[in-house]
Amino acid sequence: MSSVRCVDLCKTYRQGDQDVKALDHVSIEIDEGGFVCLVAPSGGGKTTLLNAIGGLDIPDSGEVWVADQRIDEMSKGELADLRLANIGFVFQAYNLIPVLTARENVEFVMQVQGVSATDRREKSQAILEEVGLQGLEDRRPAEMSGGQQQRVAVARAIVSRPALVLADEPTANLDSKTSDELMELFTELNRHHNTTFVIATHDQRVMRYAKRIVRMLDGRIVEDLEQDAA
Amino acid sequence: MRMTPVLSRLAWRYLWRNHRRTIIMLSAIAVGSWAMIFMTALSRGMVDQMIRDGISVLPGHVQVHDPEFLNDPSVANRITIPDRELAASFDTAGFRAWASRVKVPAVVSSERESRGVTLLGIDPAAEREFSFVSYDDVEGRFLEGPGDNGVVIGRKLADKLETDVGKRIVLMSQDPNNEIADRGFRVVGLFEASMPSFEESYVFVGKTTAQKMLRIGDATTEIVFLGDDYRDVEPTYERVIAAVDSGLDVRRWHEIDTYLGTMLRVMDGFVLIWVIVIFLALSFGLVNTLVMAVFERVREIGLMLALGMKPTSILAQILIESMLLLATGLVIGDVLAVLTIQPLQDGIDISVVAEGMEMMGASSVLYPKLYLNDVVLANVVVLILGFLASLSPAWRASRYEPVEAITKVG
Repeated sequence: MSSVRCVDLCKTYRQGDQDVKALDHVSIEIDEGGFVCLVAPSGGGKTTLLNAIGGLDIPDSGEVWVADQRIDEMSKGELADLRLANIGFVFQAYNLIPVLTARENVEFVMQVQGVSATDRREKSQAILEEVGLQGLEDRRPAEMSGGQQQRVAVARAIVSRPALVLADEPTANLDSKTSDELMELFTELNRHHNTTFVIATHDQRVMRYAKRIVRMLDGRIVEDLEQDAA
Repeated sequence: MRMTPVLSRLAWRYLWRNHRRTIIMLSAIAVGSWAMIFMTALSRGMVDQMIRDGISVLPGHVQVHDPEFLNDPSVANRITIPDRELAASFDTAGFRAWASRVKVPAVVSSERESRGVTLLGIDPAAEREFSFVSYDDVEGRFLEGPGDNGVVIGRKLADKLETDVGKRIVLMSQDPNNEIADRGFRVVGLFEASMPSFEESYVFVGKTTAQKMLRIGDATTEIVFLGDDYRDVEPTYERVIAAVDSGLDVRRWHEIDTYLGTMLRVMDGFVLIWVIVIFLALSFGLVNTLVMAVFERVREIGLMLALGMKPTSILAQILIESMLLLATGLVIGDVLAVLTIQPLQDGIDISVVAEGMEMMGASSVLYPKLYLNDVVLANVVVLILGFLASLSPAWRASRYEPVEAITKVG
């Protein structure tokens, strides 16, 4: 059963007086429990594809299906509900809400979901320990390093065990040790909870963990390879 | 509702993210709110004093006359019901006070000067609640009963007549047959009033003495009633209507003194306009603050939308932020207003502009009057208008596209 299905997606941006094709007839299907790396040079279309899958950006044409629902025709409110219930996001930067502490950031999605305070507390504490941030729960983003902030963002993305996690360069600000720990965590979630991961990255270390590598160039998929994950 | 705690927490934290801007805006709201309430209290105090002075001199809260008396205030148009019958009707009707009096135009003469005045024939005990004269502060003495043969006049009138306590003056008016009715009186007391014009216009004699002088038996020309609150005169009016002869003319105070009645209505309108004008000045700062606050966190709004927060929640968050800012400023302003008005309860001496105030019918001492209704009105109007002014920036924030907002360059 597919977790994500994109059919003939096209998306063109206007940049100055030029049209840039960010997605050029892209079709891809990702099964439940998939662990996919989207690999492309800058401007290759990986972030645009990630955003289209997450319902953050609406393609000019084509279809996007997530959890058996066609999302490219949904209203903003329906998309918000879908993201809240099914998708965890890790962005490359500006990931955290600066006025909330690490714990509050992790609890944010659960609070919007209506999870009880006790459950929120329990889950946020466990996940912060899992990503190695015990003792930093009450720090605000400005009081943490870039790597620590990214781990808070990852904790927030996975704390409510979404079916699909979309990550855009999740290891960009992390040292190699923390990157490996993060990827181990993703792999464990993928294996034990069947969470689907779609990760846009340049990082070779991240690609080692993927079961499938999708290479893009100029908005098109140019290579789609299965591999044995690390 | 389940989003309220998280939205409120975000709103409060974002409010204090830029301390300096928030404190400046809070100061503006607090000062604006203080100004609204303080100025309203001063104006209310002035109008209140004018009305109380006016009511104490003339109308009470409700008056009863012969139907022709207000057009022709002479003893020809008198009320012929004796006091004991009036007492039987009114003593148990639940009025705070009532009194019957003889009130007619008259001329007062000393050996040097003559003046037109209003002659009030009163029962001092019954009139105590209505009188603008403090009996105990009268130089000499006040009238001791309805049969007192003395006269009490104002200090200013005494100066004009060049007379004093112990000297004689003559009061002259008309009897029911339009014949001259006059009598000599010894001045037994001089009163002072907050309104200098009162000291020149009113002359007090005993009611029985006035009735004898005017040859009207035990008739009177005016019956006055006092209820609990001049602003809510209807209950008193209804009780009077039920208790008096249907042939008599019953009027509320603001029907008799239309100037004061209009003043009260104008004051209510003025308070609202004053509150709105100050709010308009504040609203520029408020909207600017919110626009800046939204502009500074476009990426964070995009992030919240991306994480699954609905646009309506973003809208609510900005509105809550605005309401928290306004409510905090208003509370500070309210407290400041109470703290500054309270020490002025004994009155503000504005005698330097006493003549101007007197022309308006106001006294030279201003007593600020803080009404809960005015405070509530100022607060509610600011919150409602603030809410409306905040809708535009909040709406714009909620319309951001998540991906555009997240990638927005600072």
